[in-house]
Amino acid sequence: MTVHQISVFVENKSGTLVKVLDLFKEAGIQLIATTISDTADYGIFRIICSEPLRAKSVLDRAGVSSSLADVFAVTLENYPGTAADAISSLSQAGIGISYLYSFMLSGKGILIFRTDAPEKTAGVITAHGMSTLDDDSLLSLV
Amino acid sequence: METGSSPFLHPQYEALSRPEIEALQLERLHDTLLQCMKSPFYRKRFAESGISPQDIRTLDDIVKIPFTTKQDLRDHYPFGLCTVGLDRVVRLHSSSGTTGKPTVILHTRKDLDQWADAVARCLYMTGLRPGDIFQNTSGYGMFTGGLGFQYGAERLGLLTVPAAAGNTRRQIKFIMDFGTTAIHAIPSYAGRLYEVMEEMGIDPRRDTRLKTLVIGAEPHSEEQRRRIEQMLGVKAYNSFGMSEMCGPGVAFECREQNGMHIWEDYYIVEIVDPVTLEPVPEGEVGELVLTTINREAMPLLRYRTRDLTRILPGECPCGRHHRRLDRMKGRSDDMMILKGVNIFPIQIETVLMQFPELGNEYLITLTNEDANDMMTVEVELKEFHDDYQRLQSLTREITRQLKDEILVTPQVRLVPKGSIPVTDGKAVRVKDLRKTLI
Repeated sequence: MTVHQISVFVENKSGTLVKVLDLFKEAGIQLIATTISDTADYGIFRIICSEPLRAKSVLDRAGVSSSLADVFAVTLENYPGTAADAISSLSQAGIGISYLYSFMLSGKGILIFRTDAPEKTAGVITAHGMSTLDDDSLLSLV
Repeated sequence: METGSSPFLHPQYEALSRPEIEALQLERLHDTLLQCMKSPFYRKRFAESGISPQDIRTLDDIVKIPFTTKQDLRDHYPFGLCTVGLDRVVRLHSSSGTTGKPTVILHTRKDLDQWADAVARCLYMTGLRPGDIFQNTSGYGMFTGGLGFQYGAERLGLLTVPAAAGNTRRQIKFIMDFGTTAIHAIPSYAGRLYEVMEEMGIDPRRDTRLKTLVIGAEPHSEEQRRRIEQMLGVKAYNSFGMSEMCGPGVAFECREQNGMHIWEDYYIVEIVDPVTLEPVPEGEVGELVLTTINREAMPLLRYRTRDLTRILPGECPCGRHHRRLDRMKGRSDDMMILKGVNIFPIQIETVLMQFPELGNEYLITLTNEDANDMMTVEVELKEFHDDYQRLQSLTREITRQLKDEILVTPQVRLVPKGSIPVTDGKAVRVKDLRKTLI
C-alpha cells in the first residue's frame, strides 16, 4: 500500500539539485518520480526511485540531509474523475492530506500522498478497494 | 624529566599557596617594571603619567600603571616595545592585521623556553604523558597555535605531529595511521573532523585511539563542548591563549573541566569594567587585563585583552591555587548592538546548542532596512524529517527562546547540513551587512 519516498532538504541555491541528481546517476539509481516543494523557508525535493534504501545510504555517505518515509501509492484507472473519487473518500473520513503528487506509468495514473492519519488512511483505502502499489509492484511498472 | 604519577609537572609553581603566588608575583612585577624601563615606549609612558617603578610597592599598586592596548602595539610597530637588543631576539610572531595595522610580539630564547614550559604544563595537567601522540591542527607560521603547541608538546615529551590546518581527510588518515591520542583543534574544526569521519564510515570511538581534545581560539558553549566530546569519544579541555601573551598556554582547564587555571607565576590578572576600566566585583564578568611577569623581550603591563570573562569563585579540587577563568563570554569588540540591545554571539550559540535537532554550525546576519535592524540566524538542521509542521514548530521554538535570551526577535532559518560555509580556520559566526545611515 505504501512505497518508500526519499525527501531531501535542499538549499534554495543553484547547483543543489544537480548535486543530488549526480549522486543518483553515479550510483546507477533510476528516478521514477520527483517533485519539489518550495516554501519561503525550506525547499524539499521528494523522490521515488528504483532502490530507495540504497539511495538513502548514498545520500548519507555524501553528507546530504535526507529522510526516508512511507507514502501511500494508489493506482487509478485512466479516465476522468478517478482522482476526485479517491480523494473525496479520504476527505469524507476527515483525513487531511499533507502533500500529494501524481504521475503516469505504463498507462496507469499513480497518486502519491501523505496524510495526517496513516492508519485511518489505510482503513479507507482497504474499505474502498483501491488498487495500491508497494516498492516491488511500482518497480515492475517501470 | 620524571613524569610519573605526580599531578603537577611544575610542583614548585603549581602547588604554591595564594600568599606564595602573590609574593612571587610582586617580586616578578618589580623585575618586569625595571625591564620595561629599557623600552622607549614604557619609559615615555611612565614619564608622562608621572610614576616610576618605585611607586609600585604592593600588588594593589598595579592600578597606578596605565593600561597597554592593541593600539599601542600598532602605533609602535614593529619594535617600539622591545626591551632588549634585537641581537637577543630569536623569534617574532605577528598578528594577521586584518583589522588594522599588524602587531608583533618578540621573544628571546628564554621567552621561548618559558612559553614551551607553560604549554607543557597545560598539556600535562589534562593527563597527557610521554607516549601520547599529539596532532596539532593549528596553522603554523605566524599563527602562534602552531609553533606554540609544537614546542610545548615536544617539551613534555609527546610525539608531536605538526599536521597543521586543513586537508581534513589527510588529518583523519594521520589519526588512523599514527594512532593519535590527542588533538588540538578549534571547536568548529573538531565538528568538521567528525562529519568527515562519518562520511568515510569511521567511528571515532571504535576506530581511533583519540582520548583528549584541546580546544580553544573560538568562543564555544558548554553544550557544544559536551556534544563534541560525545561525537569524538574524547575529553575536551578548554585552552586560552592570545598572541600578545605568547599564544597558547596562558590558561587551561585541568581534569575538573571547570574553568581554566591562569598561570599566575606568568601573569597578573585583573578583570575590569570595559567602560569605566574600574575593577569589577569578585566573580563578575568584565574585560580580562593581563600583565606579563615572566617575559624578557616584550613585557606588557596591564594589557587590555578585550576578552570578556570572570574569575570563578572558590577553590578547585585539583589543588592548584592559580585562579580559574570562566570560558570567554566573547570579546568586548565582538559585541553586537541591535536595536540598542547588547548581544554576544555566544548567547545565541548557547540557545541553539540546547536543541538536539540542530547541528554545530550557525551564521548570524545583521541587516537594516528603513533604519530597522534585523537579525537572521541560519542554523543547520542535523536530522531532517520531511514534516512541515515539525519544521515550523521547531523554528518557532528556537525563535521564542532566542527572543527570551537576547530580547530581540530574530528571523530563524533552518538550513541543510553543509550549507553554512566553514573554512578550516575560524568559523565566521557574524556577518554585519548593516549600512550606515546618515
